[in-house]
Amino acid sequence: MQAYLRADGRKGIRNVIAVVYLVECAHHVAKQIAAPFEDNDVHVIGFSGCYPNTYALEMMESLCTHPNVGAVLLVSLGCESFNRNQLAETVRSSGRPVDVLVIQQTGGTRKTFEAGREWIRSTLVDLERVPRAEMGMHELIVGTVCGGSDGTSGISANPAVGNAFDRLVNLGATTIFEETGELIGCEQDMVRRAITPELGQEILSCMAKTANYYNILGHGSFAVGNAEGGLTTLEEKSLGAYAKAGHGALHGIIKPGDVPPNPGLYLLDVIPDGEVRFGFPNINDTAEIGELIACGSHVILFTTGRGSVVGSAISPVIKICGNPETYRRMSDDMDVNAGRILEGQGTIDEVGLEIVERIRLTAEGEKTASESLGHREFVLTYKSFEPIGPSCLPLALA
Amino acid sequence: MQNSGQYFLRLSASDNVLVVVKAILEGQELELEGLKITASKTIPFGHKVAARALNAGEKIVKFGMPIGSTTATISAGEHVHTHNLQSDYIPSFGRPGEGGH
Repeated sequence: MQAYLRADGRKGIRNVIAVVYLVECAHHVAKQIAAPFEDNDVHVIGFSGCYPNTYALEMMESLCTHPNVGAVLLVSLGCESFNRNQLAETVRSSGRPVDVLVIQQTGGTRKTFEAGREWIRSTLVDLERVPRAEMGMHELIVGTVCGGSDGTSGISANPAVGNAFDRLVNLGATTIFEETGELIGCEQDMVRRAITPELGQEILSCMAKTANYYNILGHGSFAVGNAEGGLTTLEEKSLGAYAKAGHGALHGIIKPGDVPPNPGLYLLDVIPDGEVRFGFPNINDTAEIGELIACGSHVILFTTGRGSVVGSAISPVIKICGNPETYRRMSDDMDVNAGRILEGQGTIDEVGLEIVERIRLTAEGEKTASESLGHREFVLTYKSFEPIGPSCLPLALA
Repeated sequence: MQNSGQYFLRLSASDNVLVVVKAILEGQELELEGLKITASKTIPFGHKVAARALNAGEKIVKFGMPIGSTTATISAGEHVHTHNLQSDYIPSFGRPGEGGH
């Protein structure tokens, strides 16, 4: 695979210019700066809140120095609390071109449009000179998420992604799964798969925190509709989501923004630490995708049954549809038809192999369905995390 | 990890249940991994049937992992659901006597 080699040594599969609004008040200006460049990889990301939040700053630092990002334009209104100087300095020290436009200083909306577009035009030329380098599977990070699930997800698309995850880890890649709120009942199996007993203990604490968080929010776990769909027990339902993680050893737990230090399979803990505040951990699938990308994911595997259409800013999203009828109805939005497993037209193993091939093609530059359709969703909300404990990454200690 | 005819899907080699991927009608004669069975009732898409005869108290394995324990003896091809399977995680969930359908 040919990749873009960044000054910090990391390798990316896209060469994105990120236009970043630092408060909702700068969102429209950022969007209009990027608008004429729809055919280029110019993506708008940002944080709406006016009040500072360490998580949001760290997420932005991770995203703006992501290997798929080549340059960053920060768009600030001027009076918001976001630490634009620290973010700009982080991007600058990673060796990427960065500029900061402060709307109040530039002279308002129209002047900032012009200044931003001019910067993008010249930066697009600079980005053509980013060196290319061979990228091995050991340098590739793949995240997975499910959304718009139905009764098929757990028996076709998710096991196929699990099969692909096992293949990827065997090829030396790094894989990340998350949605701890949907893994209740899978703790003992995760402990069994953990590479050290101490990591197993961290998994149990993480899942206890998750259960407590959702209890306080009053989030239900097993509904009547699940039983009508054929699911009998809570652990059976959770295993349908857990199937995305394959069968291999679990190498560590990370939190949003932590990049796995070694290849292998990782669990991303998305549940905030401390008292329950700021509402639901992740308000939608896009928030989860953003966190997987902040952990370095070059590409996202998204399984769906009812038919989600989303893509993402920064990293391509490969959509794997578990329901054959949905696939036929919405095939323009889908990259892989895992529903054929249910119609006897393929096996989990065959679809797993197809997913790995699709990742390879995507890494080599082929557009995914959501990329072709212009999907570049992004959302970032308030959260708070403590750093991970020393037992969470056993191989990093060695 | 392969289809048994058009009706059943095995998710993992060690599973003792198969997933129904095409609705089965009562009285229908079917082949289940080489075994001839007659469906004793209608079973919808997404539900499970026993891949072999099971004793009461046996672990049910799906995705290669336990999803609960049987509360009755179950014959090969029989529907496995809330009437004969209960969670080991939240034992109260099965509500024996209430859930059979």
